[in-house]
Amino acid sequence: MEGLPQCTALRAGCSKMAAPSNQGVNCREMSAGTETSFRRKVRGKLPAIRGTRPSVHNGQLLLSTGVPSLDHVLGGGLAVGTLLLIEEDTYSTYSNLLLKYFLAEGVVNGHEIYIASASEDPANILKDLPAPLTDEMPKPDDRKSEKQTSGFTEDPQETMKIAWRYQNMAKVESLPMSSTRFGHYYDISKTISPEMLQTAKSHSFYWPGTFLNQEDSLLCSSCEMTCDYYRLLESIQRVIHEGGYDGSNPQKRQKNILRIGIQSLGSVLWGDDICSSEHPQNLHSLTRFLYALRGLLRTSLSTCVITVPAHLIQNKAIMLRVRNLSDTVVGLESFIGSEKETNPLYKDYHGLLHVHQVPRLNSLTCDASDTKDLAFKLKRKLFAIERLHLPPDLSDTVSRLSKQDLAGSAKLLSSGCGTAAAGEKHLDF
Amino acid sequence: MFPELNSLLGGGTVQQGKVTLVAARRTDGNFLLHHFLSSYLRAGCNVCFLGLVQSFSHYNIIAQKLGVNLVLARGEGRLVFLEGLRSCTDLLFGKKEDGDTNPLRFLRCRDGSDLRPLYDFVCASLAPPSGGSWRCPVLIVDDVGVLLSLGATAAQVLDFMQYCRAHVCCKHKGNVLCLIRGDSEDEENELVMKSLWHQSNLVLQAEGLPTGFCKDVHGQLTITWRAAAAGERDRAELYQYKIQDKSVSFFARGLSAAVL
Repeated sequence: MEGLPQCTALRAGCSKMAAPSNQGVNCREMSAGTETSFRRKVRGKLPAIRGTRPSVHNGQLLLSTGVPSLDHVLGGGLAVGTLLLIEEDTYSTYSNLLLKYFLAEGVVNGHEIYIASASEDPANILKDLPAPLTDEMPKPDDRKSEKQTSGFTEDPQETMKIAWRYQNMAKVESLPMSSTRFGHYYDISKTISPEMLQTAKSHSFYWPGTFLNQEDSLLCSSCEMTCDYYRLLESIQRVIHEGGYDGSNPQKRQKNILRIGIQSLGSVLWGDDICSSEHPQNLHSLTRFLYALRGLLRTSLSTCVITVPAHLIQNKAIMLRVRNLSDTVVGLESFIGSEKETNPLYKDYHGLLHVHQVPRLNSLTCDASDTKDLAFKLKRKLFAIERLHLPPDLSDTVSRLSKQDLAGSAKLLSSGCGTAAAGEKHLDF
Repeated sequence: MFPELNSLLGGGTVQQGKVTLVAARRTDGNFLLHHFLSSYLRAGCNVCFLGLVQSFSHYNIIAQKLGVNLVLARGEGRLVFLEGLRSCTDLLFGKKEDGDTNPLRFLRCRDGSDLRPLYDFVCASLAPPSGGSWRCPVLIVDDVGVLLSLGATAAQVLDFMQYCRAHVCCKHKGNVLCLIRGDSEDEENELVMKSLWHQSNLVLQAEGLPTGFCKDVHGQLTITWRAAAAGERDRAELYQYKIQDKSVSFFARGLSAAVL
């Protein structure tokens, strides 16, 4: 199925999911081509940064998680300067996928990337990012595009329009390498191209790879956090400060966003014991770290996604506090290995998505979606979040089976009772 | 400030020497905090706000929607705002010398999570000026539970609140208002909440609907007036509420406009 034309995959994806807005592209095209009197009101004070858009509700600058359907659930996207906490599923398959989507979206939009991990080498994570669907962003040497252009040798504008709905979809040559769209679809069966990775500026923090020296251990003793967390925090602060994301040394070039992804925070590999005992020694190190991190994020142009193995944390109070200290909290519950896997209700899905917390930023209300029953599924190429609903009973085998059962029981009854006219009639047919 | 809530609480006059607890159980009770902050500032009180959860601009933007300008109030000296997130960052990454005056400097030391600097900060910011107008001082704490997350024990937090109560309510005839988010699984937090409950004169408890999520009813609010004298009993009323952009509407159970 590798050779499946990507065009159909994209269309199938689009029809089912909340489509990402392509305002950026459309606006530009409109102003270049036909002048219209209609102009969208844009607030002046928000800087135009690639891959961001202001929220409709509170004017916050939003960026995409890389999964348009998740953006939709969280009220349009993640606000810049906030923290998204993902509670991992049992085998952390899907939470890692979400993290990769978030980082890949950053690469595509040209954002700066920071990856921290204690288990997997950040370089490997970076190599493993899913590739954006090439219909949206083709490379010039794409064979398909060549074929298309060779087929239409005349001006493509002259050709007959068959379906005006699709005219925006496959603008092959006009798009630049990194697009300004908000939210992209990705093909998880392929990894991102190395050329694209080279354009992205990335930083990494790999705990087993960094060694403790004398100076650091002195620092750590002065502050109540495990060393790993303090070093991580310091490293993030350095990146934020040197990149000018905190506004202390103003960015000379165009303003950019820093995307921070931290994998499996709080797991044993970080040197933390909250996963191994109910009364851990460093009860407050994770919460203190989160508090300090949030302070850093609030004053900078950065957004952070953290995955936490919530099911491993023994002391439930810690998890509640961690949730309270984050802005957006999303929990993943996969069906792998659980009895729900065989439940016919969930047969179309791979797991459930619980939105535990949606931030109320700068307003009294929050823009959460109106339903809480959400499920996710992983198709061959796409990860999608959908509203959980019962599938329609279209197959007639189900009803027929039950009818046969009824008929069988009716036969039994009739044989026992002698004559039962209604039952007989049914059987005669 | 929400006029509807004011009328439920019995008039908008500021009483002196009272402790109010806002308990949010598995829901967001911040709208109550914004209500009290704006109504105290309107009444001309001197407010010390320990905002440990959000940034100043967040509180300011909402206060503007409710008709109060926090920047102006801060400039006039009627509001002292401690931005917990910012001072935490300053403490960890700023200069060493500045950290010695930081109210949250207990974050730096490993064991002694001493809340005394925070108490000193409250005292200093609510000290009566030598001359000029001086009205009822108010201390508002946005999320006492955060102190627990930052490493203070339940006893230390309760001591801190007790000292604040003694200083603000008894000495200066002011008011104390604190918010705590609760969940029965967090025992330490629950202990603090229960103790504060017994110390306060008015308790506002917001919680999600027991019947589940609803788009048009965001939760229910239990207002408890604690017994003032020995013979009296606590009096409680229950309302459901819906949060709108600039106001909150309260109604009796089952009388939501969406249902009727």
